[in-house]
Amino acid sequence: MRKRKSILETSVLYTLIAIVLGFVIGAIFLVVAGISPAAAYGKLIDGVFGKPKFMVWTLVYASPLIFTGMSVAFSLRTGVFNIGAEGQFVVGSLAACAIGILVDLPAVIHVPLCLAAAAAAGFIWSYLVGLLKVKRGIHEVLSYIMFNWIAFYLSNYAVNTAVLHKEGNGEATKDVLDSARLLFPQGILKALNCTGANWGFILAVAAAVLMWVIIEKTTLGYRLKAVGYNKEAATFGGINADQSILTALGISGALAGIGGAVQILGMAGRISQFAGQEGYGFEGITVALIGGSSPLGCIFSGIFYGAMKYGGAKLTMVGAPEEVIDIIMGCVIIFIAISSVFKGLLMKVVKKK
Amino acid sequence: MGRVSHMDESTVVISMQEIVKKFGDFTANDHINLCVHKGEVHAILGENGAGKSTLMNVLCGLYKPTSGQIFLNGKEISFSSPKHAIDMGIGMVHQHFMLIQPFTVTDNIILGVEPVKGMVVDKKTARDKVLELSERYNMKIDPDAKIEDISVGMQQRVEILKVLYRGADVLILDEPTASLTPQEIEGLMEIIENLTADGKSILLITHKLKEITASSDNCTIIRQGKYIDTVKVSEVNENDLAAMMVGRDVNFKVDKKEQKAGETVLEVKNIHAKDYRGVEILNGLNLSVRRGEIVGLAGVDGNGQTELVEILTGLRKAESGEVTVLGKNLFNATPKQTFENGISSIPADRQKHGLVLEFSNEDNMILQHFEEEPYSHKGILNRKAIREHATELMEKFDVRPRGTEGAPSGNLSGGNQQKVIIAREVTNDKELLIAVNPTRGLDVGAIEFVHKYLVEQRNKNRAVLLVSFELDEIMSLSDRIEVIFDGQITGSVPGKDADEKELGYLMAGGKKA
Amino acid sequence: MNGMISNLGLLINATLVATPPLLLAALGSCFSERSGVINLGIEGMMTIGAFTGAAMGLVAGNGWIAFLCGGLAGAAMAVIHAIVCIQFHADQTIAGTAINFIGPGLALFLAKAIYGSSDTPPLDISDKLPKMFEGWFPSGSFLGNVLNVYSVAYLVFVFAFIAWFVFYKTKFGTHLRAVGEHPEACESLGINVYLVRYICVILSGFMAGLGGAFVTVATINQFRPSVIVGQGFIAIAAVIFGKFSPEGAAKACLLFGFCSGVKSIISMSNVVSPNLISMIPYIVTIIALILFVGKAHTPAANGKPFVKSK
Repeated sequence: MRKRKSILETSVLYTLIAIVLGFVIGAIFLVVAGISPAAAYGKLIDGVFGKPKFMVWTLVYASPLIFTGMSVAFSLRTGVFNIGAEGQFVVGSLAACAIGILVDLPAVIHVPLCLAAAAAAGFIWSYLVGLLKVKRGIHEVLSYIMFNWIAFYLSNYAVNTAVLHKEGNGEATKDVLDSARLLFPQGILKALNCTGANWGFILAVAAAVLMWVIIEKTTLGYRLKAVGYNKEAATFGGINADQSILTALGISGALAGIGGAVQILGMAGRISQFAGQEGYGFEGITVALIGGSSPLGCIFSGIFYGAMKYGGAKLTMVGAPEEVIDIIMGCVIIFIAISSVFKGLLMKVVKKK
Repeated sequence: MGRVSHMDESTVVISMQEIVKKFGDFTANDHINLCVHKGEVHAILGENGAGKSTLMNVLCGLYKPTSGQIFLNGKEISFSSPKHAIDMGIGMVHQHFMLIQPFTVTDNIILGVEPVKGMVVDKKTARDKVLELSERYNMKIDPDAKIEDISVGMQQRVEILKVLYRGADVLILDEPTASLTPQEIEGLMEIIENLTADGKSILLITHKLKEITASSDNCTIIRQGKYIDTVKVSEVNENDLAAMMVGRDVNFKVDKKEQKAGETVLEVKNIHAKDYRGVEILNGLNLSVRRGEIVGLAGVDGNGQTELVEILTGLRKAESGEVTVLGKNLFNATPKQTFENGISSIPADRQKHGLVLEFSNEDNMILQHFEEEPYSHKGILNRKAIREHATELMEKFDVRPRGTEGAPSGNLSGGNQQKVIIAREVTNDKELLIAVNPTRGLDVGAIEFVHKYLVEQRNKNRAVLLVSFELDEIMSLSDRIEVIFDGQITGSVPGKDADEKELGYLMAGGKKA
Repeated sequence: MNGMISNLGLLINATLVATPPLLLAALGSCFSERSGVINLGIEGMMTIGAFTGAAMGLVAGNGWIAFLCGGLAGAAMAVIHAIVCIQFHADQTIAGTAINFIGPGLALFLAKAIYGSSDTPPLDISDKLPKMFEGWFPSGSFLGNVLNVYSVAYLVFVFAFIAWFVFYKTKFGTHLRAVGEHPEACESLGINVYLVRYICVILSGFMAGLGGAFVTVATINQFRPSVIVGQGFIAIAAVIFGKFSPEGAAKACLLFGFCSGVKSIISMSNVVSPNLISMIPYIVTIIALILFVGKAHTPAANGKPFVKSK
C-alpha cells in the first residue's frame, strides 16, 4: 500500500500517462482522417528504431531540443518562464552561422568561437528581456514574444544580406565552412552510416550535467532558486533578486543560443528563410515540461521529442500528415498541465481499495 | 456561571445544531451548537484555529457542513452558496475585506445585485439607495471614492453596507476590530448598537475579551473545534472567558527582570518616505533603541510602521533622513548591508518574507549565510555542514516534527515555520532584533515561546524593536512604548504601567498632554 | 499631388485591411484577460479559425457563414483552454502554449487530410466576404482606395464599441472586471466566477477565430501555413499595450495595423527590406512599454486559478 502510494506521488508516472493519452488522441484524429493508427504509429516506431542509423538521426534531431528544453527548464527552476527560447535559438544560430561563414580559422578554434558567439547572442537576447523586467517591470512573457518575432525577421533579413546570401541558392545563406562544422570525423560518419552524426548530443549531455550541478550543488543555484521560489524572502535574506533574475535569464538564453548553433553547425549547415517560426524554442517548452524541469530529465524528453520529429517526418510515407505529432505533443502538454487531476483520480481509486 | 436558558423560543433567528465540518482527515468543527436571537450581539470566542471562522463560513453558505442542521426562523435550511445565505438574510463581513480595489464604493456595494435600466446598470438609483442606507445607520462613506483610496475604517463600513444593501438581518462580523484604532472601534460599536436597535442580530467573531464584555449579550466559546459553552456575558468576567477559551488559567504577564538600558544601538532621525502611490507615509520620524531594552512600536496598521521596518531592513528606500546602527550609517542600505551591520529581523509576513516555502528547512536556515564558510566553499555548497546546522537549531528551538531538515518548510505548521525563522534570526545574534507581529496567527504555546526569546535577547543586552498591532503584546513586553501615527512618533510612554486609554488616544492621533 | 493622395488612400486601405484580424482577436482577449484568464493561445485559435473559414467558404459558398464558422472553430479551441485553466486550474501560460501547438497542427492536419495539401483550394470571389462600397467610387481615386475593403473591416469598429459598452455599462461587464480582480469576493456575492470566466474565454476564442477567418475569407482567398504568422501575438501585445481595455486595445491595433500597412506599401517599392519593417510593431510595443506604460495595472487575479471552496 505504502509503496503503491509512493509510485502515485512521482511525477514520472503522470508524465507517462500524459504521453499515452496524447497518443490516444492522435490515434483518434488519424482514425477520423481514415488512416490506420497502427500503420502510422508502426511507421513512427520503425522510423526511429528500424535501423541503427535511424537512432543516430534521432539523437541528431534531439540535440538542439535538449538545449532549448534545458533553457526553458532552467528558467522555470528560477521562477521565470522563458517563452523566448525560440528567439534566442534563432539569434544563436544566426551568430554561429555568420561566424561560421565569415571567419576562417582552424576547427579547434572555429567551432568553440561559433558556439561562444551563439551563447553570447542568446545570452544578450534573453538578458535584454530581463532588463526590461527588472528596470521597467515589463512582464517577461510579453517581451519574450516580441523578441521572438524580432529575431525571426532579423534572421530573414540577415539571410538576404549580400555578405551571407548565397547566389542562386533560393532563400538561404552560404554554407558554413567545414572548419566550423560539428560533424564527427568522416570515418565515424561512415561507420554510423549517418551523414549528420555530430558532437551536438555529447555537448547537450555535458551541458545538462553542468546545469544540474549548478542548480543543485552551488551557491549560484541556491541564489537563483531562492529568488525563483520567493523573490521577497530572497531579497529579505540579502540576495540581490534583480541581479539573480538577470543571471538566470542570461544563462537560459545562452543555452537556447547554443542549441541554435548545434542545429546549424551540426545538421543544417546554413540558415534558410523562415516562413513561420521554426519552433525549436516552443518545442523546448514541451521538452522541459516532459522532463520535469530537470536538466537530466530534459535529455530523455529531448530524445523523445527528437524521435517524434524524426520519425514523424516519415509519416507522410503512410499518408499520414506529420502534423499529428504537433497535435500529440500539444495534448501531452495539456495533460501534464492537469496532471493533478489524474493524481486525484488515482489516489481516490487506491483509497477505495 | 450563567448558562443561557431558553430565553424565548420565538425570538430565535438562527439555530445551528451539532455542526461537523471536516477537511480531509482534519475536523475543524466537531458537533458545535449555536443559537442566536433577534436583536442580540452574540460573540463567538476562540483562539486562532479554534474553528470560529469555519463555523461562520458554514453559516454564510461558503462551506457545506459534513453533518448537522441549521434552522432559520425555526425552519431547517441548507445553504447552497453564500448568495443563498444572503438571500435568506445572513451576511458576512470578512476579516480580510472582499472588496474590488479599483471599483468605487457604490460599485462594490451593489456588485451582484446591480439595479438595471434596460441593459445598462442604473448607477444613480444605486447611489441613492446606498446613501440612504448609510444615513439610516449613521455610517459615513463617500459613494464615489475608489476602495484603494479610502481608509480601512471606511472599507469596513462599505463591507457592512454591502451586507445591509442585500437586506441581511443577521450580520456576521469576523474579527472586525483587527485593524482599527480604539476610536474607530468605538465608532463600530455605535454602528452595532444602531443595527441591533433596528432588530438586526450580530454575530461577533473575536478573540479579544474586552470587546465581548463591552458589546455582547451572549457568548459561545469554541476550543479546538469543539463546543465548550454558551454564557450570558453579564454574568461572567474576562478571566472566566479566557479560561474557557484556552482550557486553563492564562498568565498574560511576561516575566521580565528590571534592567537599565545601555548605549544607543539604533538611531533613526527625521525619516521621510513615500508609499507605493507616492503619498508621504513617513514624515520626519525619529526613533532610537538602546541596548538591553525592548521598544514597542504601537500603532494602527497603515501608519508607516511597515514602511519604517522595510527601510531599516533595506527593502525600501527612504526620501531623506538618517539611520545609524552603533554610529554606522545605514541610510538606504541594501538588505545585505543592514544584516552585516547588525540588524536582524523577524518579518511580519513569514510566508512572504521569512521563508522560501519550497526550500527545505535546512536551506531556509542558511538564507543569509549560504555564501559563508562552512556552508559553502568557493561557490560549492557543503550539504553536510548545512544539515548539521539545521539539526542543531531544530533541536534547540524545538521545531517539530524532528528529522525534517530536508523537507520543505511549507509542510510545517505556522507556529513551527515561525520557530524556523526565530531560530535563524535569534542565532544570528545581531545588535538589533526587529520583530514585526511575531505572534500573529500562533497558538498560546507558540506565543509564549516567541515572547521568551524576545525577552532573552533583551536580557543578553541586545536591542529589540517590537512592532505589533496587538496592543496587549506591546504592553506586556516593552520597556518603552513609542506610538506611531501618520508617519510620526506621537508619543513615548514607559512600558511599565502603560495606560491603554492613553495609548489609544495617541494611536488615534491625539497629542501627548 | 494626386498620386500622393491616392497613395495615402492606399495606406489607409492597407491599415483597414490589416487591423480587423488583430482587433477581433484583441477584443476577445480583453474579455479573457480581464476576467482573470491569460489566453496565450490566440495564435492557435486564429489559425484554426483561418482554416475553418477557408474550408467552410468552399463548402457553404457564403462568406458570412464561413466567417462565423471560423469563429466557432476558435471557440471550440477555447473550450479546451477554458476547461483546462478554469476547471482544472492548470498553468494558463502553458495551456496557451499547448493550444498554439494544437491549433496550427490541427489546421494543417485537416488541410492535408481533406485537400491533400497544406493549402486549401482558392475561394471564388463570390464565396468571400463582400466589399461594402464596391464600385461606388472610381478605382484608384482616394476614396476608392480607402473604401476598397471588406465589410467586416467596418463591422469590427462596431464590435469595439459594443465591447466597450459591455465592459463598462452592463452588469456582465461589471462582473467580468470584478471576477478578474477578486474572484473570492465575487463568489461570496453569488457571482458564478467559473461561468463568467468560461463565457469570456470562449468569447475570446470565438473572436480570435473570426480574426483568423477574416484573413482567409476576406484578405486572401485560401488557407496556407503562412497566413497566420504572429497576428495572435500582436493581438496580445495590443491588449497589454492598451491596458486590457477594449478602447485601448482598439487604438493599439490601429497603430499596429498602420505599421503593417506601411510595410505592405513600402515592400512594393523595394527601398527598405520588408523584414525590417515587419519588426516595427514588435519594436514599437517594447518602446511604448518602456516609455509610457511601465507597470500597467494588470487585473489582480490574472493568471491565478480560482479554486471554489467546498
